Amino acid sequence: MEIDPFIFRLSIFILSIFVGYYVVWSVTPSLHTPLMSVTNAISSVIIVGAIIAALSDSSESIFDTSNIYGFLAIVLAAVNIFGGFLVTQRMLQMYKKKKK
Amino acid sequence: MSANLSALFYLVSGILFILALRGLSSPETSRQGNYFGIAGMVISIIVTFLSVGNFGPGLIYVLIFLIIGGSIGAFIAFRIPMTAMPELVAGFHSLVGLAAVFVAISAFLKPEAFGLGFVDQIKLASLIEMSLGAAIGAITFSGSIIAFLKLKGIMSGAPITFKGQHLINLFLGLTIIFLIYFLCRSQSSNLFWSIILISFILGVLLIIPIGGADMPVVISMLNSYSGWAAAGIGFTLENTALIITGALVGSSGAILSYIMCKGMNRSFFNVILGGWGATDQTSSSKSKEQKPVKNGNADDAAFLMKNASSVIIVPGYGMAVAQAQHALREMVDSLKKNGVKVSYAIHPVAGRMPGHMNVLLAEANVPYDEVFELEEINNDFANCDVAYVIGANDVTNPVAKSDPQSPIYGMPVLDVEKSKSVLFVKRSLSPGYAGIDNDLFYRDNTLMLFADAKKMTEEIVKSL
Repeated sequence: MEIDPFIFRLSIFILSIFVGYYVVWSVTPSLHTPLMSVTNAISSVIIVGAIIAALSDSSESIFDTSNIYGFLAIVLAAVNIFGGFLVTQRMLQMYKKKKK
Repeated sequence: MSANLSALFYLVSGILFILALRGLSSPETSRQGNYFGIAGMVISIIVTFLSVGNFGPGLIYVLIFLIIGGSIGAFIAFRIPMTAMPELVAGFHSLVGLAAVFVAISAFLKPEAFGLGFVDQIKLASLIEMSLGAAIGAITFSGSIIAFLKLKGIMSGAPITFKGQHLINLFLGLTIIFLIYFLCRSQSSNLFWSIILISFILGVLLIIPIGGADMPVVISMLNSYSGWAAAGIGFTLENTALIITGALVGSSGAILSYIMCKGMNRSFFNVILGGWGATDQTSSSKSKEQKPVKNGNADDAAFLMKNASSVIIVPGYGMAVAQAQHALREMVDSLKKNGVKVSYAIHPVAGRMPGHMNVLLAEANVPYDEVFELEEINNDFANCDVAYVIGANDVTNPVAKSDPQSPIYGMPVLDVEKSKSVLFVKRSLSPGYAGIDNDLFYRDNTLMLFADAKKMTEEIVKSL
C-alpha cells in the first residue's frame, strides 16, 4: 500500500515543531526581541505562495482576481521580509561586549 | 525546474531558517544566523520563480510589487525607534496574517494554478488546509491590528470586557469549524468568505479583553498564530520550506508565551481571558497612600550612588516610555569612573515584549555582559548597596512573596528590598498595572524620587 504524501508532510511538520522547541529554548533571553522579528521575517516565506498565485496563467489577463490577491500578498510579504531581516540586523549590531 | 529538485531546495531553505534561529543562542553568532535566514529566503524566492517558469509580463509586475513592498519594509526598518519595537512586531504579524489570507483566497479562486484540483472540485485535504490557514491568518491579522493600536496608544490599553464575551468567542470558534465542515461538503464560496469574515471578528474579540502589561503574552501568542497560519498554507501548497518555517515560528511563539506567563505566575488562559486591570482595586489603595514615604532629590541619589561600591539598575516599561536609556547609560558611565560596580537586572516581563529592555539597553551601548536575567542576579541584591529602580513597579513588589491574598502572589520578583538602599524613580505613588500598592515605597531603606525617569536620571548625571 502506498503512503499518502500528506503523511510525509505531516512528519516534517511534527519533527520541525520538535526542532523549533529545542532551538528556541536555547535562545538567550536577551535576544528574545530579535527572535520575534526574525521569526516574523522567515514566516514571510509565504511569499512563495503569493508568487505562484500572481504568476498563474490566466486566459483573459494577468490581472485576474486571483492574481490580484497574489500581487497584494507579495507586497505584504515583501514589507515583512525586508523590514524583518533589516530591523533584526539593526538590533543585533547593537549588542556589544564590554571593551577591555 | 523539476518538482523534486525544487522540493530539495525548499528543504535547504528550511534548514537555513533553523540555523537562523540557532544563531540567536548567543549575540556573537546571532548576526551570522541572520545571514542564514536571508540566504534561505533568497533561495526560496529564486526556486519559486524557476519552478513556475513563467517569464511573461507577469514576472515584471511581480518584481515591481516585490520592490515596492521591499522599499517600504526597508524604510520602516531604518526609521523605527527601538522603543517602538513592540508595535512594529505586532504590525508585522498582521501583515503575515493578511498575506496568508490572500494566498488562501487565490488558491481557492484558482486551485488549478496550485495543482489542487479545479474550482468547485478542490481536493478535500487542500480545502481543509487552506480554510484553516485562512482562518488562523485572519485571526492573526485582526488580533495584531488591535495589539498594534493598543501598543501605539491609539486605543486605550485598558481591557475591554463585556458580559458573555467568552461564550461569544467560543460560539464563533465553533461556527468556524462548522463552516469548514460544510465548505468541504458544498465547496460554496459564500461559506469560504464567511469563514474569513468570522475569523476577523474573532481576532478582534480575542485581543480586546487583554490589558496593556499583558502585551508580552499577546505578542508572543500572535507570533505563534502567524506561524500556524503559514504552516496551514504550507500544507496547502505542499511546500516544505513553508511547513518547516510555520512549525518553527509556531513553537517559538508558544514557548515565548509560556516564558512570559511564568514570569507573571499566571496560567495562559488566565491571561487570555482578561487582564488584572479589570479588577477594581482603587478603594483599597487610597487608604494606604497615607503611609509615610521618604522623598529624595537628585543630589541625594547622586550622593548615595557615588559612595556605593555596587549598584544594580532595575529598568522597566517606564524607562522605555521616558526614553531614558541613554541618560541612564551616561549615569552609569560616571558611576563607573568613581569606581562603582554597576549591573542591570531584567525581569522576564519588563516592558511590552520579550527582551524589550535588553534591546533598549543595547541601543544605549550598554554591553550585554553587564545585563543579567532574574535568576542570575537575584541573589546579588543582598550584597548590593543601591538598587536604582527606573520605570519598573510590580516586578519589584515584595508583596508577591509575603501576602497570599495579593493577586500577584507567587509571581517571581526581583529582591530589590534586600539591597541596603533603594532609589525608586516614579512620577507618583500610583499603583502599577496590577492595580496593587507597592510595599516597597514605604520601606525604611527606600528613597522615592518623584520625577520623570529621564529628567531625574539627567539631573543625577549633572550632580555626579
